[in-house]
Amino acid sequence: MSDTQTFLDTLKARDSRRGSEPTWIAARRQAGAARFEAMGFPTLRDEEWKYTNVRSIAQGNFALADNADFSPASAAALTLPIEAHRLTFVDGVFAPALSELENLPDGVQVLPLSRALEDNHEAVGGPLGRLTGVEFSPFAALNTAFMEEGAVIRLDRGCVVEKPIVLQFLSRENAEPTMCHPRVLVEAGGRSEATLIEHHAGQEGAGNLTNVVAELFLGRGAIFTHYKLQEAPLGDYHIASIHVEQERDSRYVSHNLDLGGALVRNDLISDLEGKGAETVFNGLFFGQGRQHVDNHTKVNHNAPLTFSNENYKGILDDRARGVFNGRVYVKRDSQQIEGFQSNQNLLLSDRAHIDAKPELEIYADDVKCSHGTTTGQLDEEAIFVLRTRGLDEQTARGLLTLAFAGEVLENVTQDAIAERVELAVAGKLPERFNVAGLVETSTALND
Amino acid sequence: MATEEMEQLVRREYKDGFVTDIESDTLPPGLDENTIAFISKKKGEPDWMLEWRLDAYRQWLKMKEPSWAHLNYPPIDYQEISYFSAPKRPEDRPQSLDEVDPKLLETYEKLGIPLHERAALAGVAVDAVFDSESVITTFKDDLAKEGVIFCSISEAVQEYPELVKQYLGTVVPKNDNYFAALNSAVFTDGSFVFVPKGVKCPMELSTYFRINQENTGQFERTLIICEDRAEVSYLEGCTAPQRDENQLHAAVVELVALDDAYIKYSTVQNWYPGDENGVGGIYNFVTKRGDCRGARSRISWTQVETGSAITWKYPSCMLRGKDSIGEFYSVAVTGGRQQADTGTKMVHIGEGTRSYIVSKGISAGNSDQSYRGLVKTGPRAKGARNFTQCDSLLIGDTCGAHTFPYQEINNSTATVEHEATTSKIGEDQLFYCQSRGISEEDAVSMIVNGFCKDVFQELPMEFAVEAEALLNVTLEGAVG
Repeated sequence: MSDTQTFLDTLKARDSRRGSEPTWIAARRQAGAARFEAMGFPTLRDEEWKYTNVRSIAQGNFALADNADFSPASAAALTLPIEAHRLTFVDGVFAPALSELENLPDGVQVLPLSRALEDNHEAVGGPLGRLTGVEFSPFAALNTAFMEEGAVIRLDRGCVVEKPIVLQFLSRENAEPTMCHPRVLVEAGGRSEATLIEHHAGQEGAGNLTNVVAELFLGRGAIFTHYKLQEAPLGDYHIASIHVEQERDSRYVSHNLDLGGALVRNDLISDLEGKGAETVFNGLFFGQGRQHVDNHTKVNHNAPLTFSNENYKGILDDRARGVFNGRVYVKRDSQQIEGFQSNQNLLLSDRAHIDAKPELEIYADDVKCSHGTTTGQLDEEAIFVLRTRGLDEQTARGLLTLAFAGEVLENVTQDAIAERVELAVAGKLPERFNVAGLVETSTALND
Repeated sequence: MATEEMEQLVRREYKDGFVTDIESDTLPPGLDENTIAFISKKKGEPDWMLEWRLDAYRQWLKMKEPSWAHLNYPPIDYQEISYFSAPKRPEDRPQSLDEVDPKLLETYEKLGIPLHERAALAGVAVDAVFDSESVITTFKDDLAKEGVIFCSISEAVQEYPELVKQYLGTVVPKNDNYFAALNSAVFTDGSFVFVPKGVKCPMELSTYFRINQENTGQFERTLIICEDRAEVSYLEGCTAPQRDENQLHAAVVELVALDDAYIKYSTVQNWYPGDENGVGGIYNFVTKRGDCRGARSRISWTQVETGSAITWKYPSCMLRGKDSIGEFYSVAVTGGRQQADTGTKMVHIGEGTRSYIVSKGISAGNSDQSYRGLVKTGPRAKGARNFTQCDSLLIGDTCGAHTFPYQEINNSTATVEHEATTSKIGEDQLFYCQSRGISEEDAVSMIVNGFCKDVFQELPMEFAVEAEALLNVTLEGAVG
């Protein structure tokens, strides 16, 4: 219980410094705190957290940031070279200087949560917390208790946003570890279209906690692409919960790419509530050193004629641990469902570890559902074939690892993101090969 | 699809439901240390056995009933169960079939398994468990010639205490889980098989279980040991009479395979599943585990599960020996309001170990079925290999089929694959069969049997025939 107390004390100190605000927000925070206090941090005895030990977070003492100072040069180095509408947060605090919100087309609102609350708090209060309530997990409760900043994105009916919207979360190397609990709310109106890039990065020496909750509502026929590129510093803790609700004929595509963080946990849930709705979950996680990456996904087919397709790949080196838990749920009478799930893991070291658990929970008969999961190593025969073509073993292994990741990356249409991931996967294997050498080799092969 | 026939299936009465009235020494319901002392005394057990039981009981008291399974049943009152029941005249055991109580023979007759015929035709030695007490063991002499020991566990405790002491509880420890602990405290009978070095058991061993006393839980304990290069095939089959009271069945099966040994364990389980409202029916909480201790040893589990109201069963293999092999083949069929949470665990500990899992689930009616499996490879299991396939077939829109496979992989030379599909019988498959003049019902039966073929072909011949018949009966009119 003392673990939760540190967090509750920090919360109390923060609450005492808050100005006046609508009563519902304070009540919501209190509910979150009460729930968090009651549940405590999850332990390995909780089925949902069976393979992920959060003791290092529970025993930490994280401060809250009170400014968004960040050197523009280092921010620029971290920023994705993509022309976009951009909101930047530094340790959870909104950084107007690093944001670009001019030229937003009509029918689109992209606001920091604090400003959205100032403008019209009632419009935020309705949807906020409807999908991810305080009951969802101790971390969701904690997020609610500390809720104050984040992003609100609203798309009017039929509105198509050409440029992607980037939410950039920067983690700073502070005197003491810092935490932030951003809250993201997306309301995409009927037939609207947009791409959201959620980008987590930071300064190398940081050891901060990011605990983000995102809720997305997709109206009828909306098409929404959500990239989550997590390249947090290797000392950071990253907990994320993303919950999507999809109406009829909407399409949600998630690219969940995890490269950084000491301890990472993603919960990704999609509720398919109307006929013709479709979900695509595309994921890649790469772990090295002693990284721990946990991905939990869940697709709820709550309506007939809904579709889901999931493909997650894990690459684990050194003593990294990976967890994949994917569930496809088909509600009674949700007929004519197609749900596919695939998880493949590559272990590059003898001390790497993966726990995989794909689940099907089906209560209707006219369905086509399948899942497959494999864990293995690079194909020795494929390595041999490459070596007969004159490549040395390390380059051969590197090429095959990249090819393994490539099956996920080929669906990533944002080149800047794909490049970052390729570089990271290749660049993080410095002893095996170097990317420049690889590019040369492949060019030579093409000639 | 004809809903009428569907309903007919749901209303179908349990074919093997009848109660044979044989007087028995039954304990009043309740469980405390005195109950255990009574059982132990009744069995004429030595002191160490009683101590063992009491230790298990004390550990059980501290444990909690597991709730993680995808099952839903009212709480079990362990004080409402009678823990001992045995047919009369325990001193006066029949030595041949002629001496067997005619009522017992009649029971087998009704089941369509005439014991003598079966024994004579199939060459099967039968250690028939009628309620909790072993009543008859045949072909013992043939087995004795080869040095094979096949007897009830109670007999083994008295006749071969050293063997029992050496192996009992080494695969499934007393405190392994809630139901195993309960079983360790109160087990009343079961089989004991010991195959010495280099012996291939000359016949298939078989036990027919029947539960026959109202309110009597059945706590079987089976222990099979195969020494170096030994081989045995063991068949277990069950049917149970109809009753309204839920019956608890918490068996423990332990298999030990030493170097190059091979144990094949096949089960056809057809306990009473309850009526159309889910009333009655057996609660089947079984712990089955095989220990591949020796190098190149092999343990193979095959099961056909069609009965019981609740099934909680995970036959597992601990693959310790280098290059040892574990196999699991399962067909589970649920109808009515049956619930089954079943699967396997393959724990790869030794180098070069291999495991193969094929699980076929068929759910119909209002039933719910889950496959729950664990494949774990330890850091020393170099080159471990697993392949898992679990397919589910849904018949009707009010049933459920679920898969929860766990994979925990701890080394980079292991290759683990898992595949699962869930679907219904394809309209195109049915249409194709019908266009060839096959009736819809036959077509369904054919498709379902084809669906299960991978498993049925693993069964010994007599069992395979029985299993196919069972499947056809269970699914009669389910689709059509």
